[in-house]
Amino acid sequence: MGQKILLEHANVPGIKTYEVYRQHGGYRSVEKALKSMTPDEVVEEVKTSGLRGRGGAGFPTGMKWSFIDKKSGKPRHLVCNADESEPGTFKDRYLMEYIPHLLIEGMITSSYALGANLSYIYIRGEYMWVFRILEKAIKEAYAAGWLGKNILGSGFDLDLHVHCGAGAYICGEETALIESLEGKRGNPRIKPPFPAVSGLWSNPTVVNNVESIAVVPWIVNNSGEDYAKIGIGRSTGTKLISASGHIKNPGVYEIELGLSVDEFMNSDEYLGGMMNDRPLKALVPGGSSVPILPAHLIYKNAEGGDRLMSYESLSEGGFATGSMLGSGGFIVYNDTTCIVRNTWNFSRFYHHESCGQCSPCREGTGWMEKVLHRIENGHGREEDIELLWDIQRKIEGNTICPLGDAAAWPVAAAIRHFRDEFEYHVRFPEKIKNRDHFVAEPFEKVKHLVAKQTV
Amino acid sequence: MKISHVKQDINITPELQARIDELISHYPADKRKSALLPVLHEVQDAHDNWLSIELQDKVAEILNIKPIEVYEVVSFYTMYNQQPIGKYMFEFCRTSCCAIRGAENLMDYTCNKLGIKEGETTPDGMFTVVGVECLGACGYAPMLQLGDYYRENLTEEKMDALIEECKNGQVKLH
Repeated sequence: MGQKILLEHANVPGIKTYEVYRQHGGYRSVEKALKSMTPDEVVEEVKTSGLRGRGGAGFPTGMKWSFIDKKSGKPRHLVCNADESEPGTFKDRYLMEYIPHLLIEGMITSSYALGANLSYIYIRGEYMWVFRILEKAIKEAYAAGWLGKNILGSGFDLDLHVHCGAGAYICGEETALIESLEGKRGNPRIKPPFPAVSGLWSNPTVVNNVESIAVVPWIVNNSGEDYAKIGIGRSTGTKLISASGHIKNPGVYEIELGLSVDEFMNSDEYLGGMMNDRPLKALVPGGSSVPILPAHLIYKNAEGGDRLMSYESLSEGGFATGSMLGSGGFIVYNDTTCIVRNTWNFSRFYHHESCGQCSPCREGTGWMEKVLHRIENGHGREEDIELLWDIQRKIEGNTICPLGDAAAWPVAAAIRHFRDEFEYHVRFPEKIKNRDHFVAEPFEKVKHLVAKQTV
Repeated sequence: MKISHVKQDINITPELQARIDELISHYPADKRKSALLPVLHEVQDAHDNWLSIELQDKVAEILNIKPIEVYEVVSFYTMYNQQPIGKYMFEFCRTSCCAIRGAENLMDYTCNKLGIKEGETTPDGMFTVVGVECLGACGYAPMLQLGDYYRENLTEEKMDALIEECKNGQVKLH
């Protein structure tokens, strides 16, 4: 049984309320930091912990904090990114819904470290009931003296509010999130300047994922060194994994980084194996944006070594044979899944969510969706596969924010690993008329047809 | 989404105004515009879940910003409705994780039962069905959003029951 840091008290009845949370050691990190540590000492602990941003990029949190501009004398802000919208990811919602005070405690301790006196939690608008849970929890924290002026007599002031979005994946990108928090369309900004210098209302701002902030209390209460002892190599600590798809036990799990993919997938403590015991076909290990892995590259890497749940192991082999840990959105597909249909589905998502600023993304995502739709519906041409490859290649790296890359990677990986399935769609349009075509007849049973046909 | 020229009764009640004032107080006095997204949600909720041009103009007036600053935001974010919609809007997530667990079939089932196509509203104005992108409920598929809440791990039987609850006025939206 792995160590639990974030979900240690998740099953305590009433942990949602201030009183129960406090009885279980809640807000101790605020006491410790404000009474016995300088802000820089808190930053140092987080640096020592090796914590990497849990939103998907995996950038070291302590280092991000150290970039905040303290010299200009402008007000500073900490903004929590609770816009969780990466398909396959639903872990932040779980934390906020069931242990809202953990995030609030983390916001206070982290704001103290950064010298921020006005901080926000930006939550996606669809999580409206969670928005209200956080609003209530913030009111409780104000009433108990953890927020407001001169907290614990330390001289540190902090106002914290929750702000809601209104349905836009792009607002998970930190500069788009800041635009949205300023009451504008979620168009990402050109960097530099980075938010650490010019963010919310042109003030120095740090944007961190919910999970990153929620782990700060544990790091402060224990130590960065203790945190770094958990996990493997540069993947320190625990990580929340959102598991979905064709598995027995979908849900949110806290794992110690370094757990083997095999154990996570098949042990009863975690996912319990495949739903209805059907064969495993593919895995998207870190949210829709990361490359999909075919069955033979899931439990083992290309060299035959065990694949582990860590930043490094999941990306072993680069994009040729690896993927990424990303946000921890772990999507499992069985043999009834149509990879072409799933790739079209992802492309439709990115087309819908493109903000429209950069032409390669605005136009390219639309073209990928159209071409994939055509192939999936039996109107594809042999050359469409090359066309798709060409479009994704022209989007990648040519946009001001990572949405372009996120849209390109799933298409590239699907063609790389499942090219024969695209060919099958093009060559046997009559066999894919029904959208559940591989439910009745999994691709494994018909793939020999592709090999026989020469074009 | 096209804009609508249907006339909408605008009523900023004292309760709604108080809530708007509370939201505005969360931002520095010279940054009232920041309250735009949360304020639009509250105003829309209080006006049959849609925002006419006149209502958007009213929000601009309340926040002391130009109408175009409201229009460009309303047209960008999918949760703001620019035309009248059904009292009960079933928003089915149909992105990958939900799709492979039966979201498309369940949406078809619901549309057939209500006699409408995806994106349409029943003639009595009671129900709208729309397919939307990932709602962050991937492990609890298939699911839909109804008002401020999610309905998860759905089946055809649960859909039947939910439609009945709506018809009987037993569903809390906000």
